[in-house]
Amino acid sequence: MVTCLGDVFYPEVGEKIVRLLRRLGVVVTFPAGQTCCGLPLFNSGYHVAAAAVARRTVGLFREAERVVVPSGSCAWMVKHEYPGLLTDPLERAAAERLAARTHELSQFLVRDLGRQRFRSTVAGRLTYHDSCHLLRGLHEAESPRAILRGLAGAEFVELPGGDECCGFGGSFSVRLPEVSSAILDKKLASVEATGAGTVVACDAGCLMQIRGGLSRRGSRVRALHLAEVLEPLDGAP
Amino acid sequence: MSEPRLDTPLRERAGHALRDTFLQEALTIATTKFIGLRREAFAEFPDGEALRDRAREIKEATLQRLDHYLERLIDNVEGRGGHVHYATTADEARRIVLDIARRAGARMAVKSKSMATEEIHLNEALAAAGVTPVETDLGEYIIQLAHERPSHIIAPAIHKTKGQVAELFARELGRETEPDPEVLTRIARAELREKFLEADLGITGANFGVAETGTIVLVTNEGNGRMVTSLPRVHVAVMGVEKVIPSMSDLAVFLAILAKSATGQKLSVYTSLVDGPRRPGELEGPEEFHLVLLDNGRIGQLAGPLREALACLRCGACLNVCPVYRQIGGHAYGYTYPGPIGILLTAMLNGPESVKDLAHASSLCGACADACPVRIDIPKMLIELRRDVIERRIAPWPERILFGAFARLLQRPVLYWTAARFGRLLQRPLTRGGVIRRVPLFFGDWTRTRDLPPIAARTFQERWADLEREGGR
Repeated sequence: MVTCLGDVFYPEVGEKIVRLLRRLGVVVTFPAGQTCCGLPLFNSGYHVAAAAVARRTVGLFREAERVVVPSGSCAWMVKHEYPGLLTDPLERAAAERLAARTHELSQFLVRDLGRQRFRSTVAGRLTYHDSCHLLRGLHEAESPRAILRGLAGAEFVELPGGDECCGFGGSFSVRLPEVSSAILDKKLASVEATGAGTVVACDAGCLMQIRGGLSRRGSRVRALHLAEVLEPLDGAP
Repeated sequence: MSEPRLDTPLRERAGHALRDTFLQEALTIATTKFIGLRREAFAEFPDGEALRDRAREIKEATLQRLDHYLERLIDNVEGRGGHVHYATTADEARRIVLDIARRAGARMAVKSKSMATEEIHLNEALAAAGVTPVETDLGEYIIQLAHERPSHIIAPAIHKTKGQVAELFARELGRETEPDPEVLTRIARAELREKFLEADLGITGANFGVAETGTIVLVTNEGNGRMVTSLPRVHVAVMGVEKVIPSMSDLAVFLAILAKSATGQKLSVYTSLVDGPRRPGELEGPEEFHLVLLDNGRIGQLAGPLREALACLRCGACLNVCPVYRQIGGHAYGYTYPGPIGILLTAMLNGPESVKDLAHASSLCGACADACPVRIDIPKMLIELRRDVIERRIAPWPERILFGAFARLLQRPVLYWTAARFGRLLQRPLTRGGVIRRVPLFFGDWTRTRDLPPIAARTFQERWADLEREGGR
């Protein structure tokens, strides 16, 4: 699943994931006609529309053995909200099957493929921002860190307050832009204080927010998706 | 800081808070400290997680049979010589308390910190009836002097720096002093000592009401609660109906997690168990004890969408960790209860329409649910409140049109692709150096502080054919 932000704004992330997975021996398919998981609709209260989007997405991925998602928030939507949105018992059962087969990228790499040794595509110091949905929704703090800690060719440092929100929150960042930016300022200040040249995230929403703030400040720090810093380390488990 | 009025929009109220440098300083220091203390307290307490689950179970079981436990509480309070009153609305609760004050001939009432009495705006009513209310919790005392309202559930003056408090004391009490918390506390203590002795009425809230014994439990740190409940002739406790718990052993569970969540203390300095009026032979306690049970929208949520919020212990942990609260403080929310739980309680007390905008004052980051000692799923209920706004069609029309169009786009890939192509054309004049620095309309404010990525020259879906070929090699 490429996700709307991944498709339209960050297609290079999707490309990197496809190539990475192939080199790890995964057969990658891409069901045509994907749009968005419907999380923005759901979070703003448009649940009838979100259910229609969920129904459509469940159908698109019916054949997939595993569904890998580059954003924790979209993975959360599919795994936690789809089944509740679909009230028809057959539809709900299909949504539950999809939920069980859906994985956020870092979780898929570490927990399903058992791969956590990679080579870094960027040199120097890296830090990691926990995306809220991945951390508190899917309870995943460890998989991305396992990968980043073991990354050959880079040095991983923890981000103080890394588990705090970046202030994106989808429509929140549009409805209360000043508050959203003030939250972001704190995040960027702590990123810059680590001395890292790269901040990694596993969510396109956080990346849009953090990258947007860094680029406006003219910061030398880059915000990258996990997939953008990974290269297979041949022969490593 | 002056309190923004509710007739200014939320975004303006928030903006006002963001520009208040004193508020920003005070909030950052206090919430960061609270977060650290809470984390340490639970780190040193291996049973914490299990007790949080247990506490939630007790709350659930009590709500299942709330009528039963309230009846037992009433019987036992009355059995000990206390009087129990039931208030369906805030107005009724005020009238009950005023009536008690009138019959006691009270001219002054000393108060221990209580959100329930804030909720019913009791101080204004007392003052109007000729009874001077005196807040005796240090934080409450400060904001009463400043003619403000609490901006945090347990730290009412969290929005003030110590420098501001020193200025306030100089202005209101004529006491020039250094901004030293210890000195300031000593001044307040001396001022208050007189009031305790003078007051005819002591008013408190209640952290818990224990059904099996008829005991009202107050969790405080300054000892003022004890003075309020023992020195004046009459004691009135105002308690939300959801604060009843079955037994003393249940109380132990809550006490083990409440202070840790609130201030990071193992226990608060004072845990006062109030067992009604003084009995013959006892040396301390009031002559009369009144318990006012407050419904004010709570009972209606027993079977309502906000039911989970009835488990709230009012510890304030969700405020401290909330990125929005930490930026805008409590007053910007505009109602008695601020922060994530405050939005739910506001909806409970004032109806869902009152939180039409407030329901969006959250990035849904989930830190609140994580910190909540009884694991209330606050983000889930915020989304439910948003849904309610949409289903009653009271959201602003431009938003409904925008989301309506978005929803159609997501269900028709052809429209979605067309929109992406169209966007690519539109963004051309706006793109500089690979980013969009300014866009008009809805997202204009977004780009005031942040760059937007342009729509890619080729979307992933447009690249897929090549990628597929590459894989087939």
